[in-house]
Amino acid sequence: MTDHILTMTGITKSFPGVHALRDVNLKVRRGEIHAICGENGAGKSTLMKVLSGVYPHGSYDGEIRFDGEECRFSGVRDSEALGIVIIHQELALCPQLSIAENLFLGNERRRRGLIDWNRTNHEAARLLERVGLPENPTTVVADLGVGKQQLVEIAKALAKRVRLLILDEPTAALNDEDSAHLLDLMRGLRDEGVTSVIISHKLNEVLAVADTVSILRDGQMIETLDPAAGAVTEDRIISGMVGRDLEHRYPPHEPQIGEEVLRIEDWTVHSPVQHDRKVVDGASLTLRRGEIVGLAGLMGAGRTELAMSVFGRTYGTDVSGRLFKDGRPIEVRDVRDAIRHGLAYATEDRKRYGLNLIQDIRQNVSAASLRRLARRGWVNGHEEHAVAERYRAEMNIKAPDVLAVTGKLSGGNQQKVVLAKWIHTDPDVLILDEPTRGIDVGAKYEIYTIVQRLAREGKAILLISSELPELLGMCDRIYTMAAGRITGEVARADATQELLMRHMTLEKEAAR
Amino acid sequence: MSSPIAPAAGRDGGRDRGPAPAAAGPRGGTPRPRLSINLRQSGIYVALALIVALFSVLTEGAMLQPQNISNIIVQNSYILILAIGMILIIISGHIDLSVGSVVGVTGAIAAVLMVNHNVPWPLALLVTLVAGALIGAWQGYWTAYFGIPSFIVTLAGMLLFRALTLTVLGNQGIGPFPDEVRTLSNGFTGSYLGNVGLGPLGGADLFSLLVGVALCAALAVTQWRTRKARLGYSQTVDPMPVFLLRIGAAALLIMVVTVQLARFHNLPWVLVLLAALVLGYSLLTGRTVFGRHVYAVGGNLQAAVLSGVKAKSVVFWLFVNMGVLASIAGIVFAGRLNQAGPTAGNSFELDAIAAAFIGGAAVQGGVGKVVGAITGGLIMAVINNGMSLIGAPSERVMLVKGLVLLAAVAFDIWTKRRSGSPILR
Repeated sequence: MTDHILTMTGITKSFPGVHALRDVNLKVRRGEIHAICGENGAGKSTLMKVLSGVYPHGSYDGEIRFDGEECRFSGVRDSEALGIVIIHQELALCPQLSIAENLFLGNERRRRGLIDWNRTNHEAARLLERVGLPENPTTVVADLGVGKQQLVEIAKALAKRVRLLILDEPTAALNDEDSAHLLDLMRGLRDEGVTSVIISHKLNEVLAVADTVSILRDGQMIETLDPAAGAVTEDRIISGMVGRDLEHRYPPHEPQIGEEVLRIEDWTVHSPVQHDRKVVDGASLTLRRGEIVGLAGLMGAGRTELAMSVFGRTYGTDVSGRLFKDGRPIEVRDVRDAIRHGLAYATEDRKRYGLNLIQDIRQNVSAASLRRLARRGWVNGHEEHAVAERYRAEMNIKAPDVLAVTGKLSGGNQQKVVLAKWIHTDPDVLILDEPTRGIDVGAKYEIYTIVQRLAREGKAILLISSELPELLGMCDRIYTMAAGRITGEVARADATQELLMRHMTLEKEAAR
Repeated sequence: MSSPIAPAAGRDGGRDRGPAPAAAGPRGGTPRPRLSINLRQSGIYVALALIVALFSVLTEGAMLQPQNISNIIVQNSYILILAIGMILIIISGHIDLSVGSVVGVTGAIAAVLMVNHNVPWPLALLVTLVAGALIGAWQGYWTAYFGIPSFIVTLAGMLLFRALTLTVLGNQGIGPFPDEVRTLSNGFTGSYLGNVGLGPLGGADLFSLLVGVALCAALAVTQWRTRKARLGYSQTVDPMPVFLLRIGAAALLIMVVTVQLARFHNLPWVLVLLAALVLGYSLLTGRTVFGRHVYAVGGNLQAAVLSGVKAKSVVFWLFVNMGVLASIAGIVFAGRLNQAGPTAGNSFELDAIAAAFIGGAAVQGGVGKVVGAITGGLIMAVINNGMSLIGAPSERVMLVKGLVLLAAVAFDIWTKRRSGSPILR
């Protein structure tokens, strides 16, 4: 009889139109490190949100037992009271407060109603020692790097007497050294009796620390593997996550590549906050008609920054370099210039930068091309409605009609609205920044189909993606970026994940 | 990684939309009527009707007497004019606390020009409007291009332009105004066509009645044409009985007001001005590219900028527009009192802001309608008027107005939370 600290049984959670989780069972043994793997959109984060009470009891079906007791959380506070602490991918620290203040936020060390600063800083120092972070507790969090902030988050969980620590993509933003330290720390905590659940895409790390690996796919628990029993390899995990061949995840595609459309030469961009830091450094690339070109790179490589600075100087200061459209030099000073020259940029963060979430599909679709739908400043509302309705039908946007508010759509449908908005500007060049991030598998396939149709129509596509299989499955040619530089250009036939990764991790000196 | 679904699509998010799979299929043959969507917007009209009915009973009909209706319009016209500009500013995600002081200073400029310097009134009014535009440009520059929050810029403006008012006036009231200006504020259209008898209601001005009938006809025709055009593009429309009921209700309202006005003194000129402004600004917000950009900037500034909207310029011109409207209100108010005084316009900004929020503007911006702000302003006006008719002391009027404002915004947030806004939950 194994001692399970957590059992989740028959968890089903659905959103309008989508089953995010279907009858998921999860058992976590006391004192182990339990990894959950799955593609984007497989339901990992949803499962953790159910566990931590972000989705309260009653909004899902199924049963949660922690330490043998049935749990009915109505909010995060309830789960934290039991010692279940979740550390999200986006860190939730107050940047302007000190480390110590962050550690005890909502959990302050008090004496007669006032903050006991001596105790606060003393206990904070001890916690920092436990997570191996040699910083003064009074240091302001904003002055720390991402890796150290991650450690502060873990220390904060320890301050709450954590019994089950959930880490959602903890190493996604970390460099190798910080990642290694974090994994060591997790092993250390396991030895102290803390149970951890780790969600990660980095399979080598999963295999390095996990005692058990559970695999989710399309909202269902596929299998649970035990690396200790041997014979669990990265490929084994991948085949569980994917569940089908790479070919079938991407629509077949026969490129018809034409003339050069856009050429970027010697493009350099400085950071708007640190003016002496080059975020993009002498980058050059070309896009041709009907071609899908990938842009690979790790976080911070400068891909989004390159795209946004080209798209009407919407990022960066002191931008230099040359742009050629159809062989002729062009000036793109703002977004309107960019649209006029046939450039379009669909952002990686559609909620913050892509959509007006309180407006309907119709108004979002027309947002970038309103002038084309207007005469002398008067918008033809009927034409606008008809255009949006056409895209809704064509792209299979799941909504009753185009008067549906975009904030209520699922991620995939929101992304289709963003694409419709840019397609209607009739661009020659479409820059798609992480177009399938956070989208479920079915919608991904639809987006791929749309992208390929656009290429067939003769548009040039620049596809920025962090998912190498996506780049390999979609692109005719792939550029890699590292530290602001273009470090490689690989044709479709030659591209492998290993080769791309090697270019993406090239050091500065080796890059040229 | 993140959840594949927007958390906003919470528990009851999909309920009134019917099953999602059906929606995903091809469009059905007959357009489906949609009624429930604008509850928030139509709620304020119902609220206004209820409040009017309540005070009609409490005042034993005095509320709806011809002279009283005329009074409500004339006494609140300047607030309503300000509310039009304010709702635009609020939709764009900003606020203007200075409009009361701008009313004061523009009235003072008009007075000094016309009374002290004998400038002909049309020129003086033009100069005043330009002054209002310049004041708006000043605030628009600091807000839009320099990036100071509009709350601070206009709080400073509130002090600056009050100080300027006192300076221009030399700390005393200046009057009287030329008759033409007073007519704009206080006067009525002439009896161009004589009177007709309306049976038990007595005599009424034929011209005013004809204007009312023409308005109803214009309303019906434009609504009918919009409906036909929508059907032509196979969009959904209200079912015919609802359509007729809505036009009928609007026509009835217009005719009740015009009949009562025709029985009193004909149409107030300021009502004509107000009607033109409401019509013009409704078209601006609903049908023009500029109007759409206002909503886009207020709804999601970054997304608007990344879609090619010149957000700074939009905000700048909104403040210029607010300045011009404030100067119109300044002229109307000064003309009505026949004097520009040092305290003219005090606390008007609060009434204008309250009107906008009662009328359905959202605190975060991006939402609101000109007609809504006018309705909000009328709700305040009717409460003011009704309570003074039944002899309530002014502190109680203030109390009720405060509670109404709070209740209106609370209702807004409550309906949003019900529809599943994740942060407010």
